[in-house]
Amino acid sequence: MKNRYDVLVVGAGGAGLTAALNAKESGANVIVLTKEYPTRSQTCMAQGGINAALGNAGEDSVEDHIANTLKSAHGEADPEAISFMCESAPKAIEWLDSIGVCFSRTEDAKVAQRALGGASASRACYAQDYTGLKILHTVYDRCLEADIEIQNEKYLLEILKNSSDGVCGAKILDIRSGEVEIYEANAVILASGGYSRIYDKNSTNSTASTGDGIATAARAGAELIDMEFVQFHPTGLKSCSILISESARGEGGYILNSKGERFTKELAPRDVLSRAIDAEIKKGEEVFLDIRHLGEKLINEGLPQERKLAKLYENVDPVYELMPIKPVAHYTMGGIKVDRQSATSLKGLFACGECANHRVHGANRLGGNSLLEIVVFGKVAGENAALYAKQNGQTECLEVDTSSVIDEIKGYENVLDFYAKREHLGDLFYKNVGIVRTKQELEFALREVQDIKANISKLGVSDTSKVYNTNLVEFIEFKNSLDVCEVVVKSALAREVSCGAHYIV
Amino acid sequence: MKISVKKENGFVEYESSLVDATLLEVLNDIKQTKDNSLAFSSGCRSSVCGSCSMRVNEVEVLACSYKIQDGDRVEPLKNMEVVRDLVVDMDKAYSFNKKAKAWLSKLALNNALDASDAKINEVQSDCILCSSCYSACPVYAVNGDFLGPFALTRIWKYASDKREDDVQTKMSDVQTNGIWDCTLCDNCTVVCPQNISSKADIEMLRMKSAQFGFMDPNFGSFDGGFGFDGSPSF
Repeated sequence: MKNRYDVLVVGAGGAGLTAALNAKESGANVIVLTKEYPTRSQTCMAQGGINAALGNAGEDSVEDHIANTLKSAHGEADPEAISFMCESAPKAIEWLDSIGVCFSRTEDAKVAQRALGGASASRACYAQDYTGLKILHTVYDRCLEADIEIQNEKYLLEILKNSSDGVCGAKILDIRSGEVEIYEANAVILASGGYSRIYDKNSTNSTASTGDGIATAARAGAELIDMEFVQFHPTGLKSCSILISESARGEGGYILNSKGERFTKELAPRDVLSRAIDAEIKKGEEVFLDIRHLGEKLINEGLPQERKLAKLYENVDPVYELMPIKPVAHYTMGGIKVDRQSATSLKGLFACGECANHRVHGANRLGGNSLLEIVVFGKVAGENAALYAKQNGQTECLEVDTSSVIDEIKGYENVLDFYAKREHLGDLFYKNVGIVRTKQELEFALREVQDIKANISKLGVSDTSKVYNTNLVEFIEFKNSLDVCEVVVKSALAREVSCGAHYIV
Repeated sequence: MKISVKKENGFVEYESSLVDATLLEVLNDIKQTKDNSLAFSSGCRSSVCGSCSMRVNEVEVLACSYKIQDGDRVEPLKNMEVVRDLVVDMDKAYSFNKKAKAWLSKLALNNALDASDAKINEVQSDCILCSSCYSACPVYAVNGDFLGPFALTRIWKYASDKREDDVQTKMSDVQTNGIWDCTLCDNCTVVCPQNISSKADIEMLRMKSAQFGFMDPNFGSFDGGFGFDGSPSF
């Protein structure tokens, strides 16, 4: 099966769909492939808001937005990229408003804004605590209007290149049929998400955040950058790592220890707060998020998901009780290196969203900047990929066959359980490549990863079905995660001085 | 605790030692430790991605927000082709959003929506497209062309929004295989994990349609029918 397009987008979250929409508006023939369905991506989990210096809730300025973002980035960002993003923010909100995003509003008919950590003003536009969900679904509706072809349950196996090193398409597993397919495209945009699930259950993320696109791009020769920067969110629910949004603290929630004492500043940047909580836990304390004083009305209106999830997973009702929490992996700042045009180091390969590193978050991302990033740079990636596709014309894949990693995996012995390995590695990473790192712990983790990789053929899959083999897909995801893990530890070892989310003692 | 899961060749019983666990946690445990071949979909674990919709004891639930009980019988959604085990093909359900043209007719600039305007379609915009409502819908079960619950809710979401300036066209798009085909049975409301009532939204669409002169075709199709004013028409 051969399919040819101007622009192939891998990933149907906020970044991928925005990119597809803009590529199409730029005149390109576009297809979007997703390993799930559109609207199921990590974007739907973003709760807190999307930053823009609109000044709808007190004074604010683009300069302050830039300054806050730069400060949080700890010198590891591209100031020009940050300026571009922050300056584009009001326009981005205007666009989202124009396509029908159901933002919360103020009495005086403006988009409502609230405070998130590290921001000098109430800058995050929100839609209750469903901000990402409502943005994502509305952008998806816009893609339907634009008649963009979206194919579901298609998994990226390889990025295809010609001898000239230009990207010419992708090798894809149709999860439903089990067939391997070739999609040819003049330009490929990766919008495949981050890698927080290398921490397995110690992450707020969807189980899909396995870094597939990043690992696949790296195998094709694309450069990765700043992979050691992983953001730990201070307030994951203790037993299941489900996120309690920063807006809980933005609205005035407290962080308490077992004695009921506030021991830290609740609205400090995430890296600082996570370390403070981690230190308290290591002292033997339990740590809680307390929003009881906000009152039932505010909690129901502004934080309805939080209440539902705390009841379901921790059996506590935050209107009356404390929520037990711990910091967990939440967002990965590192990713595929891209320039201001969202172009990677491989010709014809573009990237946006969490898999890309536009260097706007640096060593620590501010809450409310990731939804902004996917809209602003989704547009940049879409437009530039379309332009590239037009200028470079057809790049037919010269040599393609449908052999793939799947054939290799079939030969694996499967004498060791990879699910157990995955969990083990996730826990090890949480401990050794987590909130506070030491050289010795990092080196141990690296040896462990390399050992698993060296013995990968002892693992494998037991399900032999061709149709919808999730055992196989999860194993390929695990293989991708292993590649990502290795880069993360190596990058962490290479950075000997603490910086933002990378804290080494 | 024992649960039965519908697989290709009928129900398979599994024992789980997990207590006070969600169905998704139990399915993951089964998959990882007992039966690697068990197929199901999941994503966020927090009820916002819509991936893990399935049926327990013949009622639609999200596996991530349902706590298992001894003897539960787990099946895939109805009215959709089963791809494997608990995985169904949702492409067709998804396609109705496009068929119904669930979007703003044109880009809306210079908006001035206030807090009360935002309340109008706040709940409708909570939809996660889990397709539980299509599984529970008796009309969709017999008419595969019925636009169905979430697509109609989405239309009401846009049509009730002050930013939509062509409500009439929005209404005309849902007349055929749309709002009048619904029997108002309310199954969709009962199963919706987001507390959306597509039935109520369909009633709103009917009222709005009537304002634009659209009529219930079932009513108009009586032999010798009745005019607008109720008088017999000849």
